[in-house]
Amino acid sequence: MIYEPSLMAVLIFGAIVAVTLGLSFWLGSKAKSSKGYFAAGGGIHWFVNGVAFAGDYLSAASFLGICGMIAFYGYDGFLYSIGYLAGWIVALFVIAEPLKRMGRYTFADALDSKFQSRGIKLAAAISTLAVSIFYLIPQMVGAGALITPLLGFPHYVGVLMVGTIVILIVVTAGMVSTTYVQFLKGSLLVIFSTVLTVLILQRGLTTDPENNGQPIHHFEIFGPAASNDIENWRTELGLSEQDSLIPMTQGPWEDKGILKLSQADKTSYWKLTKEADDQYFLSETQYKLQTKEGSILINGLPQGTGEGETDFYPVGRISKLPGDESETGALGPAEFLSTLRESEIILWGSETIKETDGSALTIYFPKPTSGKKVLSPGNHPKFAGIRGSDWKGKLNFLSLMLALFCGTASLPHILIRYYTVKDQASARKSTIVGIGSIGYFYILTLFMGLGAMTSGSLDVTNSNMAAPLLAKSIGDWLFAIISAIAFTTVLGTVSGLIIASSGAVVHDLMSSFMKIEMNDFAKVRIAKIASVVVGVIAIVLGILFEKFNVNYLVGWAFSVAASANLPALVMLLFWSKTTKQGITAAIFAGMISSLGWILLSADSYKGIYGLDPETAIVPFSQPGLVTIPLGFLILVIVSLMTQPKTQES
Amino acid sequence: MAGFDHGPNEPDEQENIETISRNTRLGMILFIVYLVLYGGFVLLNTFSPAQMEVVVFAGLNLAIVYGFTLIIAAFALAMIYGWLCRNDVSSTSDSKETAQ
Repeated sequence: MIYEPSLMAVLIFGAIVAVTLGLSFWLGSKAKSSKGYFAAGGGIHWFVNGVAFAGDYLSAASFLGICGMIAFYGYDGFLYSIGYLAGWIVALFVIAEPLKRMGRYTFADALDSKFQSRGIKLAAAISTLAVSIFYLIPQMVGAGALITPLLGFPHYVGVLMVGTIVILIVVTAGMVSTTYVQFLKGSLLVIFSTVLTVLILQRGLTTDPENNGQPIHHFEIFGPAASNDIENWRTELGLSEQDSLIPMTQGPWEDKGILKLSQADKTSYWKLTKEADDQYFLSETQYKLQTKEGSILINGLPQGTGEGETDFYPVGRISKLPGDESETGALGPAEFLSTLRESEIILWGSETIKETDGSALTIYFPKPTSGKKVLSPGNHPKFAGIRGSDWKGKLNFLSLMLALFCGTASLPHILIRYYTVKDQASARKSTIVGIGSIGYFYILTLFMGLGAMTSGSLDVTNSNMAAPLLAKSIGDWLFAIISAIAFTTVLGTVSGLIIASSGAVVHDLMSSFMKIEMNDFAKVRIAKIASVVVGVIAIVLGILFEKFNVNYLVGWAFSVAASANLPALVMLLFWSKTTKQGITAAIFAGMISSLGWILLSADSYKGIYGLDPETAIVPFSQPGLVTIPLGFLILVIVSLMTQPKTQES
Repeated sequence: MAGFDHGPNEPDEQENIETISRNTRLGMILFIVYLVLYGGFVLLNTFSPAQMEVVVFAGLNLAIVYGFTLIIAAFALAMIYGWLCRNDVSSTSDSKETAQ
């Protein structure tokens, strides 16, 4: 879809970015020593740190990805919210205090505090780098997806912009400014999400949402018909003799249920669906044809805003409200959900057909769905296993929920934030503030996602823009603010990740493992160089992974983090027989097995290599269920094998 | 150099072993409570997903009620932990004073 860049959005953007950079430079003078650079001198107030936790944690995936997933599929996006938050319980109750007590700077240090092992340092440094980079990719992709519609620039420009700004922030001031950036971002996110939710509730639900004054296009759906009879459909559509309606069944069209309607002045595609043995529906669709030369046609016309050009219709509406009303007026939160449950909503699906001549046709079709289904898990294709009976689908779901639960505590850039407060009690309090803010925000995501679903403003090709577009349907001012906040969302998260990575490189890899001698200022300088390098890598990968779903990529990062880091961390804290070889082995085993599993999964076959997902080697896509216990197992076995011999007296 | 050796970045807090183990045990208990809640949610979705559509109250289904409960419970448990832990630490400092 094409978006008109909004001058107001650009100005507010500029203002927020300028304030952020200004803060960064001003605070930069306070972070001269490496201690200051890496752990903010241990002096940040617990409330600020707590909200900064939220700012750090609520990344592009949370805000854009979850709202987008909920907007397109319903409850399933909320499963991520639940899983992500639950991970904080592991972090707080199991990991936090023992870690703080060790008083270390980085994850690798904490692991190594009991032993002096170069093996552990290497393993932990590599793990930190791997997870940070995996977590960086979805942030950068999210940045590109945000800038493109907002300012009209292509995807890679957005990625470049974010990458450059973050590198600037990190290099000038390190951790301290990152903390305040994230405090700012966290507060803004929570405040304006609240504003957005209140406005959604006040607006209520309607079957005819207006998008900045323009009524929404109702897509025609004919049926139910007792059988799939072409003559019947022809009558319904009111076709004349010359119009042809042909089911497409050859080659790549097989089993997709598409009918092609050729009329004198245009071609359209219609989607056939079968709800039951005697209930057939034929739906109007919108489509995008990418010819082999690369030009794009939408519904038969070139994409654009000029004469003879067209664009996708925005979508997202309720087709039936309870009691056949057309609008409800203002609703309370519980009313909003219960009314939605009793409604019927038009969701959207898509089919892609790659023709032999090199062109690609993507057809977007409406799927009227009962509110009852929308508000319970299992609507999203990746979660369909919940409603089905296929054990692989269910294991996949279990595996994902396990990885989310274990992943939060294992993320290196989260752990680092424990060191920025002055004592144990402060660390505890800041985590409580963090959990409270994050939990509250996740509750709001459900309302924002559902509000977007029914707002008539969705871009059918891109779920990441759901939340900002929802804001736009309410008012341009809100759109401008929310977009700018989403932008700072990415800024904050990316800067935290780059700090963690540069810490791993300088402190763990170079100083400890390779035993390179450096003085304080040299370390800071190398850290800044490392930040730039990691930043550049992130930019490149963000451009390459443009097509991937943001949440999915974060799931990768969580799975790898949980598999590599958690077994080592937990066993170190709670099992006295843990040996350094055990820890090293566990980290490598967890990291390699989870990465390998992901790369051999159906999702990777389809998304990265372009191979048939049916031929994938592993039975289900999420590795957590297998690789997390594997990490623990390897640690135990290797530790028992390498127990220190008893001293002779 | 400042803090890059293996020393802690702040002077050690005077925590006694008793407080630490009491806090750790408290943490474990609360963790297990949440694990049961979360595990219940995940297993229910895995083995009996139809239950999730049942209406619990105010027109809200179990999926939503349980989901919100998990989020609120996380915060509640964190608060309980913070409150109970603080009591432990202050009683330690009391006993230190009386011991002198």
